[in-house]
Parts: sequence; C-alpha cells; structure tokens
Amino acid sequence: MAFEPVLSRNFDVPGAASIETYRRRGGYKAIEKALQMGRDGVVEQVKTAGLRGRGGAGFPAATKWSFLPPNRTTTYLCVNADESEPGTFNNRYIMELDPHLLLEGILIAGYATRTSVAYIYIRVEYHKAYRVLQKALDEAQAAGLFGEKILGSEDFSMQCYIHRGAGAYVCGEETGLLESLEGNRGWPRIKPPFPAVAGLFGKPTVVNNVETLACVVPIIERGGEWFASIGNPPTSTGPKLYTISGPVNRPGCYEAPLGLTVRDLVYGEAYGGGMLDGRTLKAVVPGGLSVGFLTAGELDCKLDFDDPRKYGLLGLGTAGAMVIDEATDMRQVLLNVARFYATESCGQCTQCREGTMWIYKIAQRIAAGAGRIEDLDLITEITATMGMMTGRSICGHSDGAAFPLRTLIAKFRGEFEDRIHSQGDVAEALAAQ
Amino acid sequence: MAWPVINRQEQAAVPGAEPLLSERVKARITAFFDRYETKRAALIPALHVVQDTYGGVSLQAIKEVAALLGLAPAEVYDTMSFYSHFWAGRRGRKVVVVCRSLSCQVLGHERLLAALKEHLKIGEHETTPDGEWSLMTEECLGACEHGPCMLINERLHARVTPDDVPRILADPDCDKVDLPAGASPQPEPKEKRGGV
Ligand SMILES: Cc1cc2nc3c(=O)[nH]c(=O)nc-3n(C[C@H](O)[C@H](O)[C@H](O)COP(=O)(O)O)c2cc1C
Ligand code: SF4
Ligand code: FES
Repeated sequence: MAFEPVLSRNFDVPGAASIETYRRRGGYKAIEKALQMGRDGVVEQVKTAGLRGRGGAGFPAATKWSFLPPNRTTTYLCVNADESEPGTFNNRYIMELDPHLLLEGILIAGYATRTSVAYIYIRVEYHKAYRVLQKALDEAQAAGLFGEKILGSEDFSMQCYIHRGAGAYVCGEETGLLESLEGNRGWPRIKPPFPAVAGLFGKPTVVNNVETLACVVPIIERGGEWFASIGNPPTSTGPKLYTISGPVNRPGCYEAPLGLTVRDLVYGEAYGGGMLDGRTLKAVVPGGLSVGFLTAGELDCKLDFDDPRKYGLLGLGTAGAMVIDEATDMRQVLLNVARFYATESCGQCTQCREGTMWIYKIAQRIAAGAGRIEDLDLITEITATMGMMTGRSICGHSDGAAFPLRTLIAKFRGEFEDRIHSQGDVAEALAAQ
Repeated sequence: MAWPVINRQEQAAVPGAEPLLSERVKARITAFFDRYETKRAALIPALHVVQDTYGGVSLQAIKEVAALLGLAPAEVYDTMSFYSHFWAGRRGRKVVVVCRSLSCQVLGHERLLAALKEHLKIGEHETTPDGEWSLMTEECLGACEHGPCMLINERLHARVTPDDVPRILADPDCDKVDLPAGASPQPEPKEKRGGV
C-alpha cells in the first residue's frame, strides 16, 4: 500500500492557508465528526492510534490527557510552537502552509480535554508563521469555530489566542513555557506536580506540540486503527514530518511513515536527494541537535521511537536531521554545540549552568589550537554528571546537552586526537585566544 | 518603631519624567488583560507592543508598563532581561540577525557574518552611528533548509552568499515580511515620538 501524505497534503496547494480552500478540501469535517463521537470517543481513537508526542519526548498523547483531574472546572491547552531545537522546522511548515490544520487539531484536542482557553506559544522569530496563523485564527473565529457553543454544540466553548515568545530556547520546555506565558522568566518548574494537575495559573493544563495536534485531525477522519497501521507499530505509529538541512541537494520538510532510515532521508530522491556538489557525508545529527551524532557508518538508523537509542542517541527527538560534510572541522562543531547549550541554559541547576559553561570554555581552547587529549575525557566526564537522567536537573536541557557532546567526542575521537596532536604552538594559541 | 510603609508600586514613574507610552499603545496593552487570568501574563505581549512601536524598551517604558500591569519595575526588568529579543538600549531601525547554529555554520554562516561586518563597518551586537543598522547573531532561526539565513526585522533571507549582501541591504523593503496573498497586513507603523 502506497503511503499517502496527510499532514502535508495541503502544503503544495495554492491558497491553502485560507479557510475557503481548507474547507473545500474537506477541512473542518473532523471537528464535526468529533462532536458526534463525544469526548470519550475522541480520546479512544487517539489512544488506539498510539499517537505519541512529536515535540521530542514522545509521550503518548491520550495518556497525557487522561492525567487531567476529572472534577476540574478550568482546563488550558498550551500549544507548543516554540520550535527552537536546531535543525527543526516542521511546525513552521504547518503554520505557514496549512494553519487551519493546526486550528482544527486544537479544536478536537480542546473538545476532548474540555479546554476553556488554548494558547499558541509561538517563537518570535516566526514572523511569517505568526501572521499567517493569526489571519487563519481570525477567519476561524468569524466562522464560529472558536468562541461560545462551537458549531452549535451545547457543551463546548473555547477561546484561542496566539502568544509570542521572545527568544529563549528553554521556553520550549513545557513548564518553562508555562512560566513564560505567565509573564515570568522562562525557568522550568520542578515536577511533580505535572502540568496536567497544576499547570498554567495553577490549573490543569495540557501542553502539546503543533505536529502532535495536527496528527489528531487525520486520526479522527480515518480512525485510530488506520493511524496505528502506519510506521513501525506498536511503538512508533503514524506519519511524521521529517526535516533535513545542511549540504544536501533538497533540504526541506518531507512526510513519511515513522521509521524512515537516515540513509533514505539524506539520499532518497523524494527526500534530501543526496549530498550537494558531490561532497562526502561525515556525520548526521538525525533528530534535532539534542539527540546526538551519527557517523557515516550509522545511516541505517531508523527514525522511530526506539532505534536511535541503539546508536547511543537520546531518542527520536524532533526528527530534524542536520548533515555535516567531510570539509567541516569537528572542533568547530564541538564549539558550536557547546556554545548553544551554555548560552541557552536557564541557570537554575548547578550541573547544567556550570557544566555547559566549562565545556564551552574547553571547546574554545580546543578550537583555538590549544587542546589537550585529557580535555576529551574531561568533557565526557562532565556530561556524565548532567541531566534529569542523573537526577541532578530540573529539565531535560542538560540531558539534551550531554548527548550531542558525548557522542561527538566518542564517535569522532580519532579526528579530535589527530587535530590535537598536529596543532601548533599551544602557548602562542593561548596567547592569541 | 515601626518601619514606614512604602508603596513601591505607586512610585513607579519618576515624577517629572516625560511619559512615553501613547494612549493608543496603552490601549493595545490593556486589551490583552481579558485573555489571561493575571495581568502579569500580559507582560511579554506588552513588551512586544512597546518594542515594536518605539524600537526598544527604555527605563521609562519599563516603569509605565509596570504601572499598567500592577508590577514593580524590577519585576518587569527581571522578566525582560531573560529574553534575548528585548533590548533596553538603542538598536538600529533595521536589525540583521544571522543564524549561527549548526546547519548554517556548515553552510558558511561565518563568511556571511564577515561580509555583513565589512559592509556595515560594525561588529557583532553593534549599531551603525546613523542608527540605521544593528548586527546580531542568534541560535537556530527554524529556517535551516534556507541556510545560511538571516532575518532583517521580520523578513527572512534565504541562502545568502557574501556577494548578495550589498544588493539585499540596498533594497528598502528588505525588512518587510513576504506574506502570501491575502494574509494579514504588515506590522503597525512605528510611532515617531519618544525614543529609547
Ligand atoms: C530544553 C527543552 C526544549 C524543548 N523545546 C521544545 C519545543 O521547542 N517544542 C516542543 O514541542 N517541545 C519542546 N520540548 C518538549 C516539551 O517539554 C514537551 O515535551 C512537549 O511540548 C510536549 O508535547 P508533545 O507531547 O505533543 O510532544 C522541549 C524540551 C526541553 C527539555
Ligand atoms: S537543566 Fe538547565 S535549562 Fe533546565 S532548568 Fe536546569 S539549568 Fe535550567
Ligand atoms: S541552523 Fe540556521 S536556521 Fe536552523
């Protein structure tokens, strides 16, 4: 059976961002169907579908919704459109090219969770996406899709607002996002309590990624079983919007079932289309920076929720692949990665704040031509102390730092050693730094 | 003796200082209040309005925003200083933001940055003396397929080579977002009065 794209079905349709075109192509039928199915029916379909969050952690969506306390009066839905993980831009495609798909997903999820207000937290750099989405939201509101008694239903009223971020990676972390929405510094909160119990303004809250919510629409249209038959069931079901960038022929956003191999994503005619100008591939970061690095010998890695772990990676992440070619000096890559996590750490946890900064300083030394072989072990040792997985951090930022740094050193150690052995006068390099 | 009670919030605006926020800007800010449970949640939206209108968030603006939201100026500054998008000092009318993350690096963002520095004759995080341009770098702009890329205010420029720089910067519309037909209008024009 040929794979039929559903998340990107409107991407090439001219004017798809308008409500008329979206409707003409069958849009806003799923919310009507959902209202007929009832709340439990919607949750049941999402559960059957096996839909797992697309924002990075892969948590099952229906399970997350089921954590909401039954006797609540207010529920918030926060749509995570902060999308700041380097290499990731599929949420942007949805919002720029098919904004009503997201809005319909919000309506269905909002209905299922008895949401009273939905906030779309969008990163400020997405100017175009913001303006296209705001227009779509205005259209949907005018059509009675948001507001009181939606589509004539007796028990479903929901408001929706777009809230712009202000340039902080950590606000993509769900509790950092909530703090930011409340007008505070985007400091992630200690969990528990989880947002489902005490989230925005202390009320039960669901945080879901843009793509996760977009997936809800085809699930209602075609049924949970259809969704569950795509990809690598039972753990990795459904279609995925992969992104690929770096020196390849066709950088962009492509839909395929979960489980696409990195090789297909980079070299497939329908995807990355191979290396640009005959360059040679050296490394791939397959899932957004935080998952870590693969070597040219590891391209059989399947991009689903399980396989990346076998390659020492954090997980699927966002399935945003970044390709690195032979000509790139891995010391510069190390410097870039180390700088990212050091400058984006919110500073609450000692291991994250100090550890990322130490590694950044060491990386600066190595890049300047004053590295020592012991530095490589030192970096590895520091990464082993960081993260929620070691029980020392409030959020996953420092796990996300540890994986790329550790895999970079471990998998490209030979190059680092060669460069350190062949570097010039260390005293001169240090003086020049 | 009891400590005298000081209401720090009501002293938010320095007596005698020129008020900055126009009635229109204030109305745009207070219009956010209905959206949230607390006034404080309107803070980041308010700072966006102020910065988009006046080109930055000055100390006077901080005080007036604080007064509107029932916060202390320090609370406003505390939040604001966390976010790299807000600035208190002067920046150029056109802010160039070059992506410095991995994909753009591999595709040559450093050459692009060097060309911009040479053309504008300023360094990173600096502003030209005529107040026209600022040059910044940021982490991944979420447009990696267009690398090396940069934003000029709202507009994204894709696959910029060093040779493209003079032509792009000479275009008077280089900072206007390129929207598809029928999408929302351009941002509200800046107000002339006031300053940062
Ligand atoms: C440092 C950090 C940054 C994150 N950034 C994002 C982001 O930009 N977008 C996103 O959807 N999730 C991001 N996440 C994951 C969220 O915390 C959360 O798991 C997700 O939004 C839940 O939605 P989902 O279940 O639909 O995937 C981030 C997590 C961490 C630790
Ligand atoms: S792990 Fe890092 S980013 Fe996350 S809360 Fe701690 S210091 Fe902040
Ligand atoms: S790496 Fe430059 S936009 Fe993502």
